Amino acid sequence: MSYSLAKVDQIIDGYGADKEALIQILLDIQHEFRWLSRETLMHTADRLGLPMNQLYNVTTFYKHFSLVPQGRHAVSVCVGTACHVRGATRLLDRVAQGLKLSPDETSADEKFSLKTVSCLGCCALGPVMVFDGKYMSNPTSNEIAEIVEECE
Amino acid sequence: MSQISVTINGEHIQAEEGMTILEAARGAGIFIPTLCHHEQLESYGSCRLCVVEIGTGERKKVVASCLYHISEGLVVETETEKINGFRRTILNLLMHRWDNIPAILLEKYGAKSNERFIDNMTYCILCGLCVRFCHEVKGANVLGFIGRGTIRQVVIFPNQSAKYCASSCPDEMECLHYCPTGVISSQYYGSRPADGQALPHAAPVCINEDLNILEVLERVGHV
Repeated sequence: MSYSLAKVDQIIDGYGADKEALIQILLDIQHEFRWLSRETLMHTADRLGLPMNQLYNVTTFYKHFSLVPQGRHAVSVCVGTACHVRGATRLLDRVAQGLKLSPDETSADEKFSLKTVSCLGCCALGPVMVFDGKYMSNPTSNEIAEIVEECE
Repeated sequence: MSQISVTINGEHIQAEEGMTILEAARGAGIFIPTLCHHEQLESYGSCRLCVVEIGTGERKKVVASCLYHISEGLVVETETEKINGFRRTILNLLMHRWDNIPAILLEKYGAKSNERFIDNMTYCILCGLCVRFCHEVKGANVLGFIGRGTIRQVVIFPNQSAKYCASSCPDEMECLHYCPTGVISSQYYGSRPADGQALPHAAPVCINEDLNILEVLERVGHV
């Protein structure tokens, strides 16, 4: 099940169905289901009394919101300036090869999602990869392969 | 509302408290160019052509006159070299999206097309007049923005249009009259391009049950 409207209702009620809390509500919904489906957005719009165009405006403005299903494991590679000069392109190639995904893609079994991000604020570790919230400095192909093996 | 006095281009002007600089200036017959402003709609401040300089000496600063409210004794300059330079730059940039900018503006500010910028004649300058008209005046929300930065564009939500357009604008699409560039044409209104047909980049696109928003986002390079 990729989403449940009952859970969406619960999240919206948690904010008192306040339209001012739109972004926070959307963040929570995305955290719960890993993406925002059309049905979830329509339901949220109904509950908050907001027009759909405003929800699409917000969700397409912020890169964090995803309108496509995301994998169970989130992999981000930093391509910010510092990481770039320290070899982010080569790291991204390695990761893409290891996961068999191209950037901004999700595997068919929804196991992994590969994203590029711009600066994570730890440039000294660059080039950086973040795997499910864990920061890794310039992992080798073997290290990447190990992680891929370990994942469910 | 009490009367207050402000100085615009050295002229002392009486205006009502709560007015914006733009309203006060226009009331006194002083010209400030605008593209995204309309009396019926809330000020938006997206075209930035209405910038003016306020204050004196080192406290001078540049503000959008359509949004800035006047206060007693405010000193405003609408045509300084700096301001005209800003307007020239804005027009230079706009020329690459809209090749039919009123000549009077181009001449007045000496705007010329610059080969540094790539032509992208979308004829949409993202002023938001149509979107705001649809939202504020009609309450229909048929039009909306998607995306950010260079891929930001106006889209039509036909689901909404089926529900609201006929009742809100029974005779015609009134939003057409608000578009300064004339890009919103009835051709694409409530319809969708045939399968496999490329979306005309200049035109607002449709989002409905069949044409999923993801497809649209894909075409504009968002996903």
